[in-house]
Amino acid sequence: MSETKELLEVRGLKMHFPYGGGLFGGQKGKIYAVDGVDFAIVRGETLGIVGESGCGKSTTARAIAQLYKPTAGEVLLEGRDLTKLRPQELIAARQNMQMVFQDPYASLNPRMTAGDIIAEPLRIYQRRGILSMSRAETEERVELLMERVGLSRFFKNRYPHEFSGGQRQRIGIARALALRPALMLCDEPVSALDVSIQAQILNLFKDLQEEFGLTYLFIAHDLAVIQYISTRVAVMYLGIVVEISGSAELYRKPLHPYTQALLSAAPIPDPVIEKARRRIILTGDVPSPDKVRTGCYFYDRCNKRMDKCAKSLPRLQDAGDGHQVACFLYHEPD
Amino acid sequence: MTDEVILRVKDLRTYFSTDEGIVKAVDGVSFELRKGETLGIVGESGSGKSVTNLSIINMIPSPPGKIAGGEILFMGEDLLKMPAKDIRRIRGNKISMIFQDPMTSLNPFLRISSQMTETIVLHQGLDKQAAKAKAIEMLRLAGIPAPEKRIDQYPHQFSGGMRQRVMIAMSLSCNPEILIADEPTSALDVTIQAQILDLMKDLTARLGTAVILITHSLGVVAGMCDTLCVMYAGRVVERGATEALFAAPMHPYTQGLIKSVPRLDVAATGERLSSIRGQPPNVIDLPDCCPFYPRCDKAMEVCRRKYPPSVDFGASGGPVAKGHTASCWLYSEAK
Repeated sequence: MSETKELLEVRGLKMHFPYGGGLFGGQKGKIYAVDGVDFAIVRGETLGIVGESGCGKSTTARAIAQLYKPTAGEVLLEGRDLTKLRPQELIAARQNMQMVFQDPYASLNPRMTAGDIIAEPLRIYQRRGILSMSRAETEERVELLMERVGLSRFFKNRYPHEFSGGQRQRIGIARALALRPALMLCDEPVSALDVSIQAQILNLFKDLQEEFGLTYLFIAHDLAVIQYISTRVAVMYLGIVVEISGSAELYRKPLHPYTQALLSAAPIPDPVIEKARRRIILTGDVPSPDKVRTGCYFYDRCNKRMDKCAKSLPRLQDAGDGHQVACFLYHEPD
Repeated sequence: MTDEVILRVKDLRTYFSTDEGIVKAVDGVSFELRKGETLGIVGESGSGKSVTNLSIINMIPSPPGKIAGGEILFMGEDLLKMPAKDIRRIRGNKISMIFQDPMTSLNPFLRISSQMTETIVLHQGLDKQAAKAKAIEMLRLAGIPAPEKRIDQYPHQFSGGMRQRVMIAMSLSCNPEILIADEPTSALDVTIQAQILDLMKDLTARLGTAVILITHSLGVVAGMCDTLCVMYAGRVVERGATEALFAAPMHPYTQGLIKSVPRLDVAATGERLSSIRGQPPNVIDLPDCCPFYPRCDKAMEVCRRKYPPSVDFGASGGPVAKGHTASCWLYSEAK
């Protein structure tokens, strides 16, 4: 274990995707999927990332895992910059960082049994000589993992199609746990599940965190899910973080107009409250992240916009109590 | 909302035959819809909520599907006994629908204008010019900016939220009595969902359209619906006015469902969510028992033998509103 308190630190992360091109055409432009993101995750906490489709939350997770090569920025895992590691070193470092994906149907190989899926990370690291485990130890680890995530060990030889959505997500979680990582990157792990199953899986995430001291980066578009699971929350819009704060603080006192609109738009399962509520209804859609913006990214849809918002981009600044917000309502342009 | 019942579904059964056996997707569903009412049907995947509504408009693919029994009375006429050409006069005209994914329900090769005017010309007997004017008017009502220009565009030129607005404009263009909305906002982001729900509520209230809203989201029904049906494994397990049902859910499944949703307005206390254990049942060859008993904390011996009758709580007076019914042995005398 290293000395740093921050398990993961992301500095100035940018991920731009060129589009157009093809065989003869020139590059037409870029999608600024992630456009300068900074945050840190302390050991044992859960950082939730919320935002609408296209805000760059999944791309952020993938760029952290080095599934994409970031355009710019640093990703420090236990103080080591993953973007600068050689391939062999990166594989070793990734042992400490595993992913759980959204779609439990697409993220499991249909031709492998549950047991093989969970054992695969172990076998890969054994083959590369990073991990040494006997065959019996591997089998035992797989069985323990299955039981830990709530699957019977007798299901080891079954194929993914024999499981329900919730059970498949449990297989995905067991696979991510196999290498005993410190950090789990969870990309919308409960969005595809039914309500009653979603609660089971959220509880499982919490239990595993307590038991193994896991740290989560947890992505979801459901604000209530994020509130339940997170210690801190980052709100993303068009590839940048517009607000980041402790979870309780953010939900009690959202500062950014976008966060306020998001919270007000999310339905509450209570007819008495819901029918009396007044919503902030945003106009328009999320714009496409395909151009360089000089002003605030939220300018077009903001109900509190001012002239200065069109001219310069607000940066994340401290607003007290560990609450950071990127909005000129709370600080002046430099 | 008035007391005039415009749609009465009685003991509807829709079965699918598969290689593994008979799937009873809908197995004895009954409900009424009043003029101008918004009825929510909630349930998890596979509970039969979509199949119920596809049955109403007679769009069950057959084979393998088959409506095995029941009645669907629309303004007194049984839709199940009606010849196909008469149904066609009702579908899209008196009863219209919008689906979850606005991209797959619009034809990508046709301009919005041709898709919208087709229904108007067919059902309202307007000429092309008048139909286009009507379509533009509907698009404007649905909040699409510059509708006279947008109407000549193709579906891919619209965003997801805008496409759903087009679908709403299209489905309401013939002034239907009933709008069936099957997960209309599930593919949309929260801020867009709020816009679309707002629009649906506003337009249907203005036009006096009754709505059947199918969704898995308890938050959406809480804000939108007058009455609710909770479905589980092809049956309606609980029915009642939205406020009463949320205030005093009677069926253990409804209780579990409401408790298992994390709530925005309740600060996280670090406590575990209460969840419903186990998995939703496989509806193939389901025995005639309560389908919820393997997951139910209050299961009794009788629950695994017989399906419980529906109990009306309104009859006994008390705090629960009239017409609040649940199918559970906990409340039934006759065992």
